[in-house]
Parts: sequence; C-alpha cells; structure tokens
Amino acid sequence: MSETAERVKKIVVEHLGVEAEKVTEDASFIDDLGADSLDIVELVMAFEEEFGVEIPDDAAEKIATVKDAISYIEANKG
Amino acid sequence: MFDLTGMTALVTGASGGIGSAIARALAAQGARLAVSGSNVAKLEAFAADLGGDHVALPCDLSDPAAVDALVPQAVAALGRLDILVNNAGVTRDNIVMRMKDEEWDQVISVNLEAAFRLIRAAAKPMMKQRFGRVISITSVVGITGNPGQANYAASKAGLIGMSKSLAQELASRNITLNCVAPGFISSAMTDALPEAQKAALTTRIPAGKLGEGDDIAAGVVYLASREAGYVTGQTLHVNGGMAMI
Repeated sequence: MSETAERVKKIVVEHLGVEAEKVTEDASFIDDLGADSLDIVELVMAFEEEFGVEIPDDAAEKIATVKDAISYIEANKG
Repeated sequence: MFDLTGMTALVTGASGGIGSAIARALAAQGARLAVSGSNVAKLEAFAADLGGDHVALPCDLSDPAAVDALVPQAVAALGRLDILVNNAGVTRDNIVMRMKDEEWDQVISVNLEAAFRLIRAAAKPMMKQRFGRVISITSVVGITGNPGQANYAASKAGLIGMSKSLAQELASRNITLNCVAPGFISSAMTDALPEAQKAALTTRIPAGKLGEGDDIAAGVVYLASREAGYVTGQTLHVNGGMAMI
C-alpha cells in the first residue's frame, strides 16, 4: 500500500471513527463507512490540509470511495 | 453566565445604532471583535472608541467578492471565528408599482445574499472547530409584513428560513443559527419621526415605548453564549409585545 493510501486511511479512521479493516480501497464513504455529506466536506478539508492540495468542489463531488480520494491526491499533490 | 471570554466575533453593520450596541455588548462579555461596516471613517472611529484589540474590517456588502473575502480576513485577524452576527441591513422602501429593480436587488443582496455568503464562509472554520454561533438580525416585518417594504420584509423573512435550514444542516457540528427580530427600536431613523407619528407608533406597543439597541444586544449575547447551545433555528422577538408570535 502506498504512503498516500496509508495517510488517507488514517484520516478516514480518525474522522469517521470506523475500524481500520473496514476502510478498504473500494469502500464507499457514504454506503460503507456511514459518512454523511458534511463528513465528506470535512474529509476533503482534512485531505487538503494533510497533503497541501486543493480539491475544488467539482472534484470533491466525484470522490465517493477511499480509492477515489487516494487517486485524486496522488495525481494532484505537489 | 454568558461569558464570552476567549471567543471571537464578526459583526456587520457594527457602526450603526443596533450594530454598535451589539458590538459593545459582545465586547463587554469578553469577546474579541472584528467590526465591519461600509462607512470607513465611521467604522474606524467606532473601533477606536471600542478600544481593546478589536479590529475594523470595512466591507461593502453589496460587492460579492468583498463579502466572500470578509470571513477569511476576520479569521486571519482573530485566529478563529466563533460568532457571526449578520446585522447590516438597508431599506429602499417603495410601493410595489414604483419599486425599481435596483431597489429590490440592493435590499436582497445586502440583507440576504451577503448573510448567506458570510455564513457559507464561516461554516468551514466553525465546522472544523466544532463550535459556532450565527445570529442574524431580522425584523418583526419579516413575519408581519409592512406596506412599502416588500423587498425589506422579503429579505428579513428570507433570513429566518435560511437560518432554520442551516440550523438543521449544521446542528451536528455544534453550530447554532438563530435570529433576533427587533420591533420598533429607537434610532436616528425613528428619532427623525414627528412626535405625533411616534406617539401613534407607540400605541401599538404594549410596553408603551420604543426599544433600545441594548435590548437587541442582550438577546444576541444570550444566543452567542455557550449556554444557548441547545437553542437553534429560533427567532427571538424583541418588540415590547407589539407582535406575539
């Protein structure tokens, strides 16, 4: 697992209070991890802070799974 | 009770009659303020008079870009933002057939749209810190209506509906949104009224007198306090009993 993936998963576990083994790459934030729309906004803010990337609203809307977040961050981080 | 020490607040329209009473009351309870207004000279004089380490942030609330920049400026100056008071408001009264597009647009943009933009910007830091108090100053006419004030009454009713919606959106993050609805408050505007008209106005108020800015400020202090954390989506009517809702 990449370093980015590790850090993303750590944020998700901390923020949503879910067990680490549930945070698979295919897990959907809303359907599998019990996030609501405010949680998604907060996760995006946390990712932006952790990785120093800017995730614009139209990109944030497409982030549905853990893998989506990791891919976006890997493609856009400085 | 209602100690605001360690909290910060942004107050719009802070150099006006009600706004200055609100700012003074929040400061007296220990909050550190960013005071905003469109009249730069008046605002700076007010901030100087307020003393302490409060900051003045002039802003034209009819300019969307300036409005969007105001909360980030306040956060930069104060370090955090706990309390947002949407107090600024304008009137452009006219009967409907004569009401110009500009009169409608100006009132909606300053009274309602600017409040929306400020809340949207403030929601981010408030969500992050898991604490926020938003108090919007609406008006009794937002509930009762008033001839000649279709634009103003619509903007004030809009603040109430918007606050109720956002109160539901943000309650889980310990952010409350409430309104304070003044009735007739003594101000430069009401002072200018002829005595006979003032007397006629007063007969409609069971308390038998106009309210003061401090009456509104006390309600704002309460809603801004930690103690009011379980109160959200409400409108507190401060009107001497002239409308009981």
